[in-house]
Amino acid sequence: MIAVFIETRDGKTKKSSLEALSEARRRAEELGIEAAALLVGGGTGASAAAVDVASFGPARVHLLENAALADYSAQGYAKAVADFVAVAHPSALFFAATAMGKDLAPRVAARLGVGLASDCTRVAVRDGKLEFTRPIYAGKALLSLTLASTPQVATLRPNVFPLGPAAPGPAPEAARMAVEIPDGFVKGRVAEVLKEASAEVDVTEADVVVSGGRGMKGPENFALLRELAAVFPRAAVGASRSAVDSGWIGHQHQVGQTGKTVSPNLYLAVGISGAIQHLAGMSSSKCIVAVNKDPEAPIFKVADYGIVGDLFEVIPKLKDELKKMIE
Amino acid sequence: MNIVVFVKRVPDTESRIRIQHETRSVAEDGLNFVASPYDEFAVEEALRLKESKGGVVRVASVGRDEAVPVLRKCLAMGADEAVLIKDEAPESYDGLRTARIIARAVERRFAGADLLLFGKQAVGTDNGQVPSMVAELLGLPQANVVTKLEIEGGAGTALREVEGGTEKVVFSLPAVVSAQKGLNEPRYETLKGIMAAKKKDIPVVRLEDLGLAAGDLTPEVVVTGLDVPPQRQAGKVLRGDAAETARELAALLHAEAKVI
Repeated sequence: MIAVFIETRDGKTKKSSLEALSEARRRAEELGIEAAALLVGGGTGASAAAVDVASFGPARVHLLENAALADYSAQGYAKAVADFVAVAHPSALFFAATAMGKDLAPRVAARLGVGLASDCTRVAVRDGKLEFTRPIYAGKALLSLTLASTPQVATLRPNVFPLGPAAPGPAPEAARMAVEIPDGFVKGRVAEVLKEASAEVDVTEADVVVSGGRGMKGPENFALLRELAAVFPRAAVGASRSAVDSGWIGHQHQVGQTGKTVSPNLYLAVGISGAIQHLAGMSSSKCIVAVNKDPEAPIFKVADYGIVGDLFEVIPKLKDELKKMIE
Repeated sequence: MNIVVFVKRVPDTESRIRIQHETRSVAEDGLNFVASPYDEFAVEEALRLKESKGGVVRVASVGRDEAVPVLRKCLAMGADEAVLIKDEAPESYDGLRTARIIARAVERRFAGADLLLFGKQAVGTDNGQVPSMVAELLGLPQANVVTKLEIEGGAGTALREVEGGTEKVVFSLPAVVSAQKGLNEPRYETLKGIMAAKKKDIPVVRLEDLGLAAGDLTPEVVVTGLDVPPQRQAGKVLRGDAAETARELAALLHAEAKVI
């Protein structure tokens, strides 16, 4: 069995968890085994999400429950998942490489005494085992590895693995398992989730990323990029390190080696020259577009399409053209 | 406050990475090595906590002798003590191996620490595994990817980045915290600090001193390949009137790239 941890927020399943489940189904089929979904929670939220996940084709859905698991805690959730592993003995365990997945998976792996493949962009079957490929140096190199012990634990990068089709036929009932959490076991937990005011999509989860660099000349001009991003259904505004270090936009928007690594369908680099540490963070985008007035800018060496021109003239026009096309 | 910060020596982010295919390793010649940038935020936070609450800041690195300059930099920033946990093994990309060494070092060499600080990941291996693994091995709470940290009495509150928002994590001490960019602005070393750091002795702890035998650290990760990704090719470049190039680009994104 390949078990997949399904992350829920406000009773909804995360798309990146469904991507991980889709990949688990494909690899499980290749190995002739089952894929299962794991939900952890303290009550109704996870149950509601279980119904959602069941239609997505796992052979089984497991609901790991304890009132103490209503709020996320790495300690409590790691115990729940490790207890499940002790009972069900999956051969592999997948997480989405989200903020929660990256926090939880290493804790689970250490609890089980096994290795972990972080932030994978490819999973293959080789001699009956899984082989994971993951970018290192923010994508300047690719490392392939296998894991010596079972379960083979991995986190899968969001936006990389295609969503599989929803499964026809009756969805499996969720099997409930009560998790034991002794008093005092959980010494840290999430007390509150503060939403970003704009409720934007995160750059790592967006289908389209519109990023600005030094060429934006100042924080006020990022409004141009926000307007362009607003044309697309799931878009986010990103930035180069120099724009972030100049204080023009928050560091959570930074794309590159000391920021986030993104792989959207479309990456628009606006006024970004293309320093090597930035290129590392966005080179795995499916389509790259650069707008820059300097024809020698290194960004053009990796861009599928480029416009040499003044971004302040090009971007408003591009917004209008794309808007017409999408409508 | 008794704080220990764990730091790693890594190639700086401007580095071009070349692969040595025979050894499946990254060629080190010509690279400029620095403290991993996220580790600097961790050191800075430790120093600020010490300045406001008193205590001691110790810094440790697991690695070869080459890690000593990174430790000296931390001393020059103001750390009280730096320790090299000497590990001659080449990069294993195995977070659990490093976490086992660090967890044992905390028990044997840094017993009584209130706070274990890390960078959220080492730039390079990009694993982001070690802080959570150390926390689990020692039974401690964790707060990762932290942009704000407050310690009061025996407890801490941290803000950590999640998709589209921020989580407030509350935890008791001792605890593991890993730093994200935005936590603070690391200070530069002063000349006085650099001179003082040069004179300081950096004790070396060997794996045997920690009671670790080779068999305890069998790698869980088996490297099967290391390569550079395929180079992207430069594509079509449009020049000329803004309105025309914008129209042309929109059409190409729709008809050719099929992303719209």
